[in-house]
Amino acid sequence: MIAVRRILIREEYCMGCKLCEINCVAAQVETGNLIKVYRYVPELPEPNVIVEEHDYVTFALQCRNCDDPSCLKACMTGAMHRDPKTGAIRVNQEKCVGCWMCVMACPFGVIRRNTKEKKVASKCDLCADRGTPGCVEGCPNEALVLVEVRE
Amino acid sequence: MLYDSDLDKKNAEEYIKDHYEIIESEPIPTRKNPHIKEVHILWRYFFEAKTYIPEDMSEEDFVVSTVMFINEKINGAFVMSSGKNMGVFKGVGFPEDIADFYRIDEYKGYIWTAHNRFPTNTVGWWGGAHPFGILDWTVVHNGEISSYGINRRFLEAYGYKCTLMTDTEVVAYLVDLFMRRFGYSPQLTAKILAAPLWKDIDLMPEEERKLYTALRMNYGGALLNGPFAIIVANNNMMMGLNDRIKLRPLVAATKDDFLYIASEESAIRVVCPEPDEVWAPKAGDPVVGVLKSARKTQVVLEGENG
Amino acid sequence: MAKRKVPPEFVVERDDYKCIRCLACVRVCSYGANFYDENANRVYTENTKCVGCHFCEAICPTEAITVRKNDFDIRPLAHWTPEHLIGIMKQAETGGVLLTSMGNDRPYFSYFDRIVLNASQVTNPSIDPLREPMEIRTYIGRKEEKLEIEEDEDGTVKLKTEIAPQLKLEVPVMFTAMSYGSISLNAILSLARAARTVGTFFNTGEGGLPKELREFKDNMIVQVASGRFGVSADYLNAGSAVEIKIGQGAKPGIGGHLPGEKVTEPISETRMIPVGTDALSPAPHHDIYSIEDLRQLIYAIKEATRYEKPVGVKIAAVHNVAPIAAGAVRAGADYIVIDGIRGGTGAAPKITRDHVGIPIEFAVAVVDQRLREEGIRHMASIVVAGGIRNSADVIKAIALGADAVYIGTAALISLGCHLCQTCYLGKCNWGIATQDPKLTKRLNPEIGARRAANLLRAWAHEIKEILGGMGINAIESLRGNREVLRGVGLHEYELKLLGIKPAGEAW
Repeated sequence: MIAVRRILIREEYCMGCKLCEINCVAAQVETGNLIKVYRYVPELPEPNVIVEEHDYVTFALQCRNCDDPSCLKACMTGAMHRDPKTGAIRVNQEKCVGCWMCVMACPFGVIRRNTKEKKVASKCDLCADRGTPGCVEGCPNEALVLVEVRE
Repeated sequence: MLYDSDLDKKNAEEYIKDHYEIIESEPIPTRKNPHIKEVHILWRYFFEAKTYIPEDMSEEDFVVSTVMFINEKINGAFVMSSGKNMGVFKGVGFPEDIADFYRIDEYKGYIWTAHNRFPTNTVGWWGGAHPFGILDWTVVHNGEISSYGINRRFLEAYGYKCTLMTDTEVVAYLVDLFMRRFGYSPQLTAKILAAPLWKDIDLMPEEERKLYTALRMNYGGALLNGPFAIIVANNNMMMGLNDRIKLRPLVAATKDDFLYIASEESAIRVVCPEPDEVWAPKAGDPVVGVLKSARKTQVVLEGENG
Repeated sequence: MAKRKVPPEFVVERDDYKCIRCLACVRVCSYGANFYDENANRVYTENTKCVGCHFCEAICPTEAITVRKNDFDIRPLAHWTPEHLIGIMKQAETGGVLLTSMGNDRPYFSYFDRIVLNASQVTNPSIDPLREPMEIRTYIGRKEEKLEIEEDEDGTVKLKTEIAPQLKLEVPVMFTAMSYGSISLNAILSLARAARTVGTFFNTGEGGLPKELREFKDNMIVQVASGRFGVSADYLNAGSAVEIKIGQGAKPGIGGHLPGEKVTEPISETRMIPVGTDALSPAPHHDIYSIEDLRQLIYAIKEATRYEKPVGVKIAAVHNVAPIAAGAVRAGADYIVIDGIRGGTGAAPKITRDHVGIPIEFAVAVVDQRLREEGIRHMASIVVAGGIRNSADVIKAIALGADAVYIGTAALISLGCHLCQTCYLGKCNWGIATQDPKLTKRLNPEIGARRAANLLRAWAHEIKEILGGMGINAIESLRGNREVLRGVGLHEYELKLLGIKPAGEAW
């Protein structure tokens, strides 16, 4: 099955404000209200999107939701799978054994090593359970756009 | 002429004598009517102008300049009509009383226009009654011209001065400008005063579109805005016209070779109980009638009827 | 003493409960006003660096920031305001001409606010703009006193007169000249796209023509100013009209000024001047020293554009604006732009901006009247600029005699500008008045075009509402129609100059 949607990055409009990262954290916690998330949630997750910067060139990078994902092919337990409903690539945290082959395989480097509890791989899943991705919602300049991918 | 006093009459006559050869000078024949309160001196002159007209002016332009001068500069004197083979009778009172007062029953004519109104924007005065005339043109008008402010300034650029404190004045002058001075047909003039909408112009074929766009662009100051039904007449034609979105009624009818135009059908039926055809002209489309003597008989209409 | 004495003009306050230490405000402020103290885990601001542009306030995801004016409290003195003190302090420190940007901010009478509009009742029905057509299309260019028309017996009607070239505007509002250099390319692109969408025009200003604008030919007016930046035959033919800038309302009598900080590589290429040098346009055009010279230039441009485009002349509203405008019309201008004292600018000496020029309300009224008196009103359209804030100003300007208006400040505000008046520093946080690529990224032309087009559409609707209320359904009947205006609280001579009656007086 092929990707259904993808986040389009428009580097020419990114200000480097990093509000995408802030919103990604809140999106993962699912409380919504930024103030409550940052004041009261004790162990905040790391953001799944990272802003790359070089001089004035800045842009936010998250999972590209590849049609032919290297991470899927690298996964030895089958924890990395494509969610049938949304087409997003997700990690089944139960099955993941933290071998981190996917971290090495991803050509964009957007999978991160998560050692907060059990050793696992964590990545952006295009907010599959939320609807609109938090980074897209939070970007003040429309530098991130959610696009539907047609076959 | 309408004079407030003998002194004003004297002043005006001095001016007129300097510019015209007076052939006849007499009061307008009237009869006493209990309902009409006489407040003005009503006078008429018949004169010739040939020897006084400057070389670069036509007789009509000369008369227009006289009218403008008297109305603007000579206090207490107003020109009610200034044409040939026509007359204008104005007053404050009910139409039947005014007609009786002016002895209308003693006149004969090919074209008649009449008007009756409840003055709203100004206090009723004899000069403010319709029709308004300049040269051979007369205008009767039902409505209010909300574009008056710019119509007046547009006309000032061409030498007309609006002094009679009623918006209808501009219609008479616009008609004089376009039909007499520029030589446009009544139909074309109607298309300037009640121009077609841009959405209709955009769909016209190229030549037509260029024409109507140019008309609106150049003569935008002549566009009449606000509700109106007008009947314009001179001594050989009559034209009825509605505003572009038909905010006032206008009805036309024919019987044999007569043309009737009125605000309401009932008014027509009082004069002609069994007309051959009755219809309501479309917004912005003129109804024009021309006397046989001027051209071959035609009742020229635009639109579906006829 | 030698220590800096000028107090901060703004104070940035943070609500500690709401601040989530995301540090967005620290990252984005181009003036470097915001800082993060790691030890205290707090964000704070160095208030003297804040210019009051409100960008941090806008971007804060939790609305934790409020930017307040710092009340520099001195003993209340009517004649010496805190502003006067600060001006003198700055000059004592620097010895220089105080620069500023955007439009006159003095609390003079804004005459538009003292003019009210009419509505129809009883005797004349108001028209419902939702049900009846309401026409606001406008043509800018030279008109004829009389059209020669041939009418045949069979009813065909043909136009014989050749019509001069015109600009067709679907809304009587255009975007005024703001040069590439004073504002960013993204800002100009936003306005260009909005102009194209709505069906009106934008103006390149005197900054020359970057290649990205070529596609907007049908909605573009190119300007020829005293600096003649980038002017060539190709440039003249690249737009739909050519505008000669003689003066500008914000700084009558002096030329354009682009500080060296804003002359980057692309600007240098477009204007053909070295990077980093101040781009100073001379005060007069050095080949226009009399009205005959202006006529010569107008016709030279008409020749170069094969008489296919309207050529306009932009003048500042000064005391003699009426005869100057009349002269320009007789010199062959197809339209005149009058820029009033409230006009904006990228950089100008504060003293000129605040004190030189006259309000546009008077200027348009006297120019319209003078042209009519001389019988030449039809020879040129009048476009008015300088502090048009809303659709009511547009209507009042048109009723006083304008054919259309130019907006500058209003257009930039729609793109995000907060009138902090520091454009001349070239560090505009909103990405408008800067050439720094890090900052210009912030103005997304898609969003900008959307917002600018929204502004024009909103005003078009409001204009139609008010026209309908007046019982008018075509803007031709509003243009120059002083009867729809009344003055409130104006002196007799002001009413006379404006050509309007006082409120309460009927026909």
